[in-house]
Amino acid sequence: MARLILDGVEKSFHGAPVVKGLNLTIEPGEFVALLGPSGCGKSTILRMLAGFENVSGGQIIHGDDCLSSSTRHVPTEERNFGMVFQSYALWPHMTVKENVGYPLKVQKTPTAERNKRINDALDIVQLKEYADRLPAQLSGGQRQRVALARSLVTEPDVVLFDEPLANLDRHLRATMEETFRAFHKRTGATMVYVTHDQSEAMSLADKIAVLNKGQLVQWGTPQELYARPRNTWLANFIGRGSVLSVAAVAPAQYVSGTNLHALIRQHSPDKAASSVLVRPQDIHFVNADESALTGSVHSCIFRGERYDIELTLKDGQRLLAYSDVPMTLGSQHQVRLGQAWSLESES
Amino acid sequence: MDSQLRWLSIGLFVLIATLSLLPSLRLLVEALSHTTFSTSSPMAEVLKSERTWTALRHSFYTSGLGTLIAVILGCGFGFVVTLTNIRGRAIWVFCFMLPMMIPPQVTALSWLQLFGPASPILNTLGIAPALGSPQPMYSAEGIALLLGIQSAPLVFLALRTQLISLPQDLFEAAQLSRASQFRIWVDIILPLCRSAIIAGAALAFVSSLGNFGIPAMLGIPAGYIVLPTLIYQQMAGFGHDMLSQVAGLSMMIALLVLAGMLLQQWLQQRSRYALLGHTAQSLSFRLKQWRLPLEILLALVLCFILVAPLFALIVSSLVPALGMPLNADTLTFAAFYEMIGRQGVTSRAFENSAFLAFFSALVLMLVSLPLGYLLMRLPMRTRAVIASLIEVPYAIPGIVLAIAFILLFAKPLPFIEVSLYGTLGIIFLAYLSCFLSVCLKPVLSAMSQLDPALEEAAQLAGARPIQRLIDIILPLTAPAFFAGGLFVFLISINELTVSALLWSAGNETLGVLIFNLDESGDSVLASAIAVLVVLLVAGLMSLLSLFAPRLPKGVIPWHG
Repeated sequence: MARLILDGVEKSFHGAPVVKGLNLTIEPGEFVALLGPSGCGKSTILRMLAGFENVSGGQIIHGDDCLSSSTRHVPTEERNFGMVFQSYALWPHMTVKENVGYPLKVQKTPTAERNKRINDALDIVQLKEYADRLPAQLSGGQRQRVALARSLVTEPDVVLFDEPLANLDRHLRATMEETFRAFHKRTGATMVYVTHDQSEAMSLADKIAVLNKGQLVQWGTPQELYARPRNTWLANFIGRGSVLSVAAVAPAQYVSGTNLHALIRQHSPDKAASSVLVRPQDIHFVNADESALTGSVHSCIFRGERYDIELTLKDGQRLLAYSDVPMTLGSQHQVRLGQAWSLESES
Repeated sequence: MDSQLRWLSIGLFVLIATLSLLPSLRLLVEALSHTTFSTSSPMAEVLKSERTWTALRHSFYTSGLGTLIAVILGCGFGFVVTLTNIRGRAIWVFCFMLPMMIPPQVTALSWLQLFGPASPILNTLGIAPALGSPQPMYSAEGIALLLGIQSAPLVFLALRTQLISLPQDLFEAAQLSRASQFRIWVDIILPLCRSAIIAGAALAFVSSLGNFGIPAMLGIPAGYIVLPTLIYQQMAGFGHDMLSQVAGLSMMIALLVLAGMLLQQWLQQRSRYALLGHTAQSLSFRLKQWRLPLEILLALVLCFILVAPLFALIVSSLVPALGMPLNADTLTFAAFYEMIGRQGVTSRAFENSAFLAFFSALVLMLVSLPLGYLLMRLPMRTRAVIASLIEVPYAIPGIVLAIAFILLFAKPLPFIEVSLYGTLGIIFLAYLSCFLSVCLKPVLSAMSQLDPALEEAAQLAGARPIQRLIDIILPLTAPAFFAGGLFVFLISINELTVSALLWSAGNETLGVLIFNLDESGDSVLASAIAVLVVLLVAGLMSLLSLFAPRLPKGVIPWHG
């Protein structure tokens, strides 16, 4: 078990930068998610970790070994990493058992030992009775579990996941998330998980690196990211909520309800402004009150457990609130804001 | 880069350079080396000669008319077979593709048996023209007709590939806009197929221009000479500066073909549209009461271009001598017995061709595995350049390639002092050069459809390049390899053009055998061999069809 360090990692394709100066320190046994919209460079980072791509600058260090730098590149074959692919990448001409056992076969593990480890791996993913099937005879979830078993059979230090749930339906995703969580607990391996789905990242990872346009936006626990996003882009990306433009206020702090209402009143288009994030659960509908904000209902969408209400404020800004009862479009309502988080402007 | 990969790359680079570039370069050097601006240089001789310009004119006339016929036939079949609910589609496609796979000398031979005063069919029916009346196939139009039939599948294929990719919803959207059937044709289907038809026509023209078998069998007896047959005749001449002169002529054909290809690409790029959306269901028109008449029409056309000539060929092989009718008294298998039993040259030609075809297929299969693998790892642009280099020997006419090989190997090889000229070896090397792209195409197409993650997963498992190639890539692309190998076998066992110039006594091929037998007036025996060749072709094509379900779409042209 060793620490995985990305130190100033850069990657560019034909001169176009894809990953810019990335620094991450991943502790042994940590479950880390790389989260970002498509094209943010997260898959490229994973491919650099796996050794499919070399780095253009900086270095990747695993324990005491430098895996990649501009002068050195340990080939994938010698890294002892496991990986679960989005397409599963099961070899269609091999049975489940052969698929899982292939890494051991390449390493020339003796047959008895090999069979034992294949069995153990299949046991973890509960696919023992499917050992002699071909991948084509399995369902999507089962294929994903075979890929998982294959990635862990050599007991790798690091297991990489490349959007492993993207091809599964919603119900299966929940089950597979549970499998991944149990798998992490049982093996204790370091895991790096790439996804564009924030709820997946939030529910699985110990720590999340949010990336945008090749740069690290924020690196923290899911709770930190949700409660204290750094800038407007991240606030819009993670969780639900409204980013409001208000009178100038220092970034990265909580703004109490009273102050917030004052900031909104003081805001005018010709003065310097800041952005704050208001989560919908912090917005309360109140009876007429002069300190409250007035908004007209722009849309009202039924979500099952509640209604999503989108309000248009007097200055035209939109505010998302939750309501237990439906509201007529265009009707006027008063709200009080409980608190907000002030943001850096997006650079 | 991995050291295994580096050695593989270097080896293959040398191979491609030898097989693809060297012959073309040698030809270029020979054609240009003696070029001076004096009027007595070989190149000037070629350009001054009246025969050159006559042959060029003839080539353009026959190829142009042939292309017109090919476009009419190919488009007619393409539209009907692909866009309508006609029955037995697979059989129509198979039958229509057959003329392309049958070697040209066999096509020519069978049409010769169909017409003319000696035709066994016409004699059997008692409607043969009087002896001494001309054979209508010995004419420019006869050559053009056969060139057209032979290259019609090229137009058909290009059109069909495009039509299959047209989604049904384009047509439905036009219907919802209240367009009539006629308007749909004019406004939607034709503009979207135009580039495909142009591409097919250009291919047909280029392949007709380089065709040797048909003008050799039909044109030489009538004294109607086109460029490839001119080269063939000059080769027999052994005159002063002969090699330089044929090299000059070859360059001329090569340049014409190149110009045709460039023109085609330019035209195609101007009128190519990216098709948006998915093609879940291809376009299909309901024919209703027109279905049966159309099917009968297709059958009649096929009868004329395929069944009748082949039938004539079979009849010819069963009569004792040309000019006799076929009936219960004259029916004889003597030609077949003679061919198999007595004629030493026949069995030798069979052996030679089988040997050449088998080993060409085998070697090319073995080469295309690592070659395809390396090509897939190259950046897109480099891959395109190398792929087109490999394509060069296949694209330039066989007669040009043969001249290039003569120039290369006329002298003994340096260092080892072994002369390949006059052995099977030179034909073998020419085949390797010529058919590398035939074998590589299905392999590349299968490899490009392979999910790269499959190999990356093996890499993570710790497998080195060669092990990945054997454990993962080979089993997954095996059907494409066999298809590629079978294609090479199919084409090279019937090959005439290259071997017509490179053969020597004892080293005859099947193609040369049929050609020589016919030239010496032994049409019955030639027909018997041709019948076997057609059976062989149909058999191999059916064998390839068996692979079709396991191959990427489009690898087997008469499928999908």
